[in-house]
Amino acid sequence: MDGPPAPAIDTRGLTKRFRGGQFAVRGLDLTVPRGSVFGFLGPNGSGKTTTIRMLLGLIEPTSGGARVLGEPMPRAARQVLPRVGALIEGPALYGFLTGRENLLRYDAADPTADPATRTARVGAALERVGLGAASAKKARVYSLGMKQRLGLARALLRPRELLVLDEPTNGLDPQGMREIRTLVREVAAEGTTVFLSSHLLDEIEQVCTHAAVMSRGELVVQGEVAELSAGARGRLAVTTPDVADAVRVLKEHGLTDVGADADRVTGELPQPAADVAELNAALVAAGVRVRAFGTERASLEDAFVALTGEGFDVAG
Amino acid sequence: MSRAEADVATGTDAGAGAPAAGAGPAAETPGTPEGSGTPTASRTARALWSLGLFRGELRIVFRRWRTAALLGVLAAIPVLVGIAVKFQTRGDRQGAGDGPAFIADVTNNGLFLVFTSLAVTLPFFLPMAVGVVAGDSVAGEANAGTLRYLLVAPAGRTRLLLTKYATVLVFCGVATLVVALAALATGAALFPFGDVTLISGQTVSLGDGLLRALAIAGVVAVSLVGIAALGLFVSTLTDSAIAAMATTVGVLLTVQILGAVPQLHAVQPYLFPHYWMSFADLLRAPAIGSAIARNAGLQALYAAVFVSAAWARLTTRDVTA
Repeated sequence: MDGPPAPAIDTRGLTKRFRGGQFAVRGLDLTVPRGSVFGFLGPNGSGKTTTIRMLLGLIEPTSGGARVLGEPMPRAARQVLPRVGALIEGPALYGFLTGRENLLRYDAADPTADPATRTARVGAALERVGLGAASAKKARVYSLGMKQRLGLARALLRPRELLVLDEPTNGLDPQGMREIRTLVREVAAEGTTVFLSSHLLDEIEQVCTHAAVMSRGELVVQGEVAELSAGARGRLAVTTPDVADAVRVLKEHGLTDVGADADRVTGELPQPAADVAELNAALVAAGVRVRAFGTERASLEDAFVALTGEGFDVAG
Repeated sequence: MSRAEADVATGTDAGAGAPAAGAGPAAETPGTPEGSGTPTASRTARALWSLGLFRGELRIVFRRWRTAALLGVLAAIPVLVGIAVKFQTRGDRQGAGDGPAFIADVTNNGLFLVFTSLAVTLPFFLPMAVGVVAGDSVAGEANAGTLRYLLVAPAGRTRLLLTKYATVLVFCGVATLVVALAALATGAALFPFGDVTLISGQTVSLGDGLLRALAIAGVVAVSLVGIAALGLFVSTLTDSAIAAMATTVGVLLTVQILGAVPQLHAVQPYLFPHYWMSFADLLRAPAIGSAIARNAGLQALYAAVFVSAAWARLTTRDVTA
C-alpha cells in the first residue's frame, strides 16, 4: 500500500489516558522519517516515556494508533521488535549475573536471534560500548555509567533498523555523554534510524537531524532541527563603553527587544535580516566605540521558548 | 504543524532508502544470517530459542542466593528431624506415639526419614519456598525493570509466562528432591537401613522401598503444582516482588487454617492442600491410587485456573515498571 518506505515511526491520534482520567499523551501525530536521528524533547512528565512505551507495545493506547517500521503496534510486535533496539527509562539488569550473562539472557528472549551466533554477538556488543574488560563482573558492582552502557549493548545485540533511546545520557558524566553521542552518530551512519528522547536541549541539538517537542502530553512542534532553530530569530550582541548611543542607533535600525547591561547591548535582528556589517558601520559612524560585535545563533532552546512561552525546565 | 508535515515529506525522501514495509531488513542489515525474513533459519532458531529462554530462567532462579538459602533451609529440616529422633528415642525403642507420620519407624529404618521429612515439610516449608519463587517470578522482573526489556526483546507475554511457570515447576521438583535426598543421606548416616515394612504390614526389599520413596517424592512435587500456579497469578498482579511473595504465602497459611476448621468440611475438598497427605498410600501394598489421583486432578485444576488468570492478566496489562 505504500510506495516509498514507511516512516520508522508514524502515529495517528495516539492517546493514553490513565485510570485517574488524566491524559498522559493526547492526540499525538508523530512522524519519524527513516534514517533520521530524531530528538524527542520535553520536560520530565510531558509524556515522552509513555509514548515510547506505547510504541514498543508495553502500554496499550487508549485511542489512536502507531505504526513502527511500517507495521501496526502492538499487533505486529513479534515482527517489529526484533528489528528495534531499545533503552527505556534506564538500564534494568540482573545484579547477580555478570554483564555478559545479562546480555545472553536478553538475547535468548528474542525468538528470532540465532543462538549459534549469540556468544559472538554478545562479545561484539560489549566491545562496542567499551565493556569488554568488565564483562565478567557482576552487574551489581557496575557504576551507573557502566549499567547505561550495558543497556546500550543490549539494544545493539543485533543490527537494528530503529534504535529507541529514552534519556540515554541520564546519570552519565560529560565524557560518558560524549561517548554516547559518538555511538549514536556511528549507529546512524550505518543507516539505523535513531529515536532519542531527552530533556536536554543541547544534547538534541548536537546529534539530531529532526526533533519534536512535547509539552503536557501534546506535541508542540516537529521538524528538522535546522528549521526549528531558524524559527527563532538570531540576536545581535555589541560590547561597547557607549551603551546609551549603541541602544539608540540599534533601535533606529529596526532592532527589537534591545537590552543593555554594563557594557553589552543585545537586540533581536529584524526580519528580513539586515546586513549586520551595515549595523556595525552605523554604530561606528555614530561615534560608538565597539569592542566586540557579533550575532548569536538562535538555539533550539530559544525556539522552544518562542514556541511554548515557557522555560524548558518547567515541568508539564 | 504544516511546517512539520512538509518537513516529514523531505525527511522521508532523504531517508536511508529502506525497503518497503514487509520486505524485510535485508537491505539495511547486510551480512546478518538471522534476518527475520528467512523462514527455515528462523524455524530452527525458534526451537533452540525456547530452550534458551528456559535455560535463562533456570539460571536466574537457581543462581540467586535466596534460592540457595531456601533450599538450604529445606535440606536442614531432615537433618534436624533425624538428629532429634536419634537423641530423643535413644534407649526408648518404642518411640513417641504422636508426632509426624512415620516418625516412630525412623529408628528401625533410615528410609522412613524420607517419608517423615516430606510429611513434615509438605504442609508449610515446601509450599512456602514455592510461593516465594512463584511470587517473585513476574513481579520480581517488574520490580527490577527487567520485564520491559524481556518484552521488547520480544520474549512474547504468553511464552514468557509459560517459561516462568515451567521454571517454577522445576523448582517444585528440585525442592522436593533436596528434602528427600537430605533425608536419605541423614537416614543412612544415623539409622540402620534394610527391608521396609509397609503401613499395610508387608515387608518389601530396600530397592522396592527406594522406588516407593522416589514415587512419593514425585507425588509431593505434583502436590505443589497448584500453589505454584497461584503464586504465578499473584505475581502478575503487582510490581512488588515482596508483596507477591507475602500474598502467596499468606494465602497458603489461610488455606491451611481453613483446612483445619472442622465446620468448613464442605469446602475443604476444594482446597489445594486437601489431598496432600495422600502420598502415604504409596506405602501400602497394593498401593491405593484414588486419593493420589484426586490430588493430581485438583492440582491440575488449580494450575489451569490460575495459569489462565495469570495469562489473562499479563497479556492485557500495561507494563509501566
